[in-house]
Amino acid sequence: MQNLFLYFLLNSVFCLLMVAGTTRAATIHVGKHDNSKSINRAIAQAKPGDTILVHGGHYREETIQITKSLTLIGLENPIIDGQQKHEPVAIKADNITFKGFTVKNSSHSALTDVAGIKVYGVKNVSITDNVLDNNFFGIYLQNVKNCHVENNRLRTYGETERLVGNGVHAWKSDSVTILNNEIIGHRDGIYLEFVTHTHVRKNLSQNNLRYGLHFMFSHDNEYHYNIFRSNGAGVAVMYTQRVRMEHNRFEENWGDAAYGLLLKDITDSYIEHNTFVRNTTGIFMEGSNRTLIEQNSFENNGWAIKIFTSCMDNTLRKNSFIQNTFDVATNSGKLNNTFVENYWDKYEGYDLDKNGIGDVPHHPVSLFSMLIERYPAAMLLFRSFMVTLFDRSEKMIPSLTPENLKDDSPLMKPLPIKTEKLSATGNSEVFRRRKGVEE
Amino acid sequence: MIEIEQLSKKFGKLQALKDINLSLSSGQCISLIGPNGSGKTTLIKSILGMVVPSSGNILFDGKNINKEWAYRNDIGYMPQIGQYPENMRIGQVLDMMRDIRKTPDHLLDNELYEKFELNKMLDKRMRTLSGGTRQKVSACLAFMFDPKVLILDEPTAGLDPLATEILKEKIVYEKQKNKLILITSHVLSDLDELVSQIIYMQDGELVFHKSLEDLKSDTGTDKLSKAIAHIMGHRSIPQIEIIHEQ
Amino acid sequence: MNNKIIKYVISDLLRNRTVFFYTLVLLALSLSIFFIEGNVDKSIASLLNLVLFVVPLVSIVFSTIYLYNSEEFIALLVSQPLKRQSIWLSIFVGLATAMAAAFLVGVGLPTLIFAYSLSGITLVIGGLLLSLIFVSIAMWTAVRLRDKSKGIGLAIILWLYFALIFDALLLFLLFQFADYPIEKLMVAVSMLNPIDISRILILLEIDLSAMMGYTGAIFRDFFGTGTGMLITGLVMFLWIALPLLFATRFFKRKDL
Repeated sequence: MQNLFLYFLLNSVFCLLMVAGTTRAATIHVGKHDNSKSINRAIAQAKPGDTILVHGGHYREETIQITKSLTLIGLENPIIDGQQKHEPVAIKADNITFKGFTVKNSSHSALTDVAGIKVYGVKNVSITDNVLDNNFFGIYLQNVKNCHVENNRLRTYGETERLVGNGVHAWKSDSVTILNNEIIGHRDGIYLEFVTHTHVRKNLSQNNLRYGLHFMFSHDNEYHYNIFRSNGAGVAVMYTQRVRMEHNRFEENWGDAAYGLLLKDITDSYIEHNTFVRNTTGIFMEGSNRTLIEQNSFENNGWAIKIFTSCMDNTLRKNSFIQNTFDVATNSGKLNNTFVENYWDKYEGYDLDKNGIGDVPHHPVSLFSMLIERYPAAMLLFRSFMVTLFDRSEKMIPSLTPENLKDDSPLMKPLPIKTEKLSATGNSEVFRRRKGVEE
Repeated sequence: MIEIEQLSKKFGKLQALKDINLSLSSGQCISLIGPNGSGKTTLIKSILGMVVPSSGNILFDGKNINKEWAYRNDIGYMPQIGQYPENMRIGQVLDMMRDIRKTPDHLLDNELYEKFELNKMLDKRMRTLSGGTRQKVSACLAFMFDPKVLILDEPTAGLDPLATEILKEKIVYEKQKNKLILITSHVLSDLDELVSQIIYMQDGELVFHKSLEDLKSDTGTDKLSKAIAHIMGHRSIPQIEIIHEQ
Repeated sequence: MNNKIIKYVISDLLRNRTVFFYTLVLLALSLSIFFIEGNVDKSIASLLNLVLFVVPLVSIVFSTIYLYNSEEFIALLVSQPLKRQSIWLSIFVGLATAMAAAFLVGVGLPTLIFAYSLSGITLVIGGLLLSLIFVSIAMWTAVRLRDKSKGIGLAIILWLYFALIFDALLLFLLFQFADYPIEKLMVAVSMLNPIDISRILILLEIDLSAMMGYTGAIFRDFFGTGTGMLITGLVMFLWIALPLLFATRFFKRKDL
């Protein structure tokens, strides 16, 4: 939170400086009824610090190259059309604001990552209130610093992963804010690689072909209040340290290889107050250490959590497990993780001293779930009478399930979930405009 | 009417019938007697097609009954203990049998039905009936379709004297209509006045098949029971077995 | 078959207290499941236990007992001018209709009202077929064994076999051949147990197939095709027809 505040402070100061330094900045109008009919020509005429106001219309130019520090504002929703031949917008200078445009039909390329709006190695760029429709990549941040991506709506329609790029794609960047965007139908909704000190907040990432959010080697980032829904395989976070994931919703990631959240080689991170609903696997973790998973809610998932090989010293505390087919699955009995004070709806113990904590430990791993990790084909017997009997007898006389994987102080009642109104759904302006586009 | 040729039946190791040859014709009223396990019921059931013989043939009106079923239209059968679906009412059982037989109403013989006053208890469920009433229903069904052959297994067992008398009268009456009547019974005196022939079986074998006159003259007695007792004596079988037969 | 006998068997069974009680229990259970559980797929999953275990158990045990209790009645029918085959088939039709009707009222109606979906319909069809199959197996049990208690014992053992032991054997097989690609073989093996066929079909419909991983995918590929469904339908039909056929053949030669 502090980081964020600092960032805003810096940003404001920076803007003030900018305004102060450009007191004699001009405003250029582009439109059918104006002198300038081409955005590129307007940019060529402008001096750094100028504002270009683009009026409504359909602009079919070659790539709009923004090579000076300018403010470009779309009025009456102007459309920049790449006609599937060009990269519509390329941002190649520091201190640029790009706001209020519809950018569509970028070219598709297997060789270069063409994007609706691509930012090339610059600082202090703000991309807000745009609609990106049918582009290969959506917004592409390459080697940038201090950039702000807010209130954009991205959508594309490819059928296979090869024909579709990522929605918001950041590579080798620092201090990026991705806020209140809606990303639908891309390969990965949000993709971050070698990105640090970044905030991803209140986005809706839905129906993307691969991951809703995908990041690798991106340390010290925060993800708050996002919704990841019905993506090919949920959210994947890999090879990353010191991540905070809080108040996100992972839902409807349902399919053969789908999961809500995949953690691979994640250390020293926090996963708190998230909700996992109806995912094949809520959290799938592998090689992840020292992560605190606290006060999350797991409901109606196939598996709430799968903890796999070499996960050590993770703590699961005060989570609620409700109506999952399996709560915890593991492929090894020797993992040293702590389960404490969680609520398990499958808990059958009692609370004689009425302190809200069950008097006998809960073993969340069922025999059958162990079995299918070793023999996946045994899933054939899912919900058969025999399996029920198996699990029952194992519960009474545990012999095969990991003895140390247990919750010694299970809660008798689930913790109340803080139902904060989440993110992009509340972004009425984006939704209104989306309606307009769809009509 | 019924020809039985070299009929044998084995139940596992038990030889229930051994090479039985019999010829039964219409107009005869035959008493089938013999001790327990002598094969009487097996023989009856073979004729009815309820038991499938191990070897030998049964001809009904000259036709082999093997895998046939229509010939049973000509047989009225009164089993030893009539068992009916527990939840059915008497009326429904009668209806069902009428449905199965498909005999037109005007050809139905309702004499026993009326004399036993079954019409007064058509609504009674079968499970509530006494053994005697069940016997009345069974008897009524056996005679109802005016069959050419009547097979009565212990017909008077469980019947009160009045009903027994009604049944006996009915048997006499039917005999006069040139029917073949086959009765097993252990109350020998009941049969005296009805029977024209005796078949005696023991250990699955036919011991003899004689007319009553022949039997009486052979044994020099004038009563059927004495004649039987005489034979029993010769075969050194304790008489008590005959009396206790069911 | 003889319509009269069918009619009498059915009207006898409709007055039967066990059938009435069975219907009522099914109805109470399925209604309470639908009222307590809001999620349709979850309700179907809960009903699954009812359909896969209770329905076969009651169908086979009740039918067996009924057949033994009807022994004398059957004997009476056999002494009448009726074809044995038609007597036996009529009794099957009567019993099957009664059990199917009990299931339809008890589980079918609530399911179609509260969960009118592909999974719901699959559940109802599966339960109906299981009712018929286990009546058919009961016909075979009852005709083969003369002794009532042995017959009921065999019926329970057969139920245990299909509901439990078969799956244990299957699991054993899985362990033994875990290193081989046996998924396709498993499709074939599961055809040997009508309860497993129904269970898998319903699981695939309630979209738990995603959890069934590769095995699920193989099954979906098989059941998803017209040929697969045709084969499945045929197999279920054989499960009804074959025990009945063997039973009828035996009944034709049976001494009563």
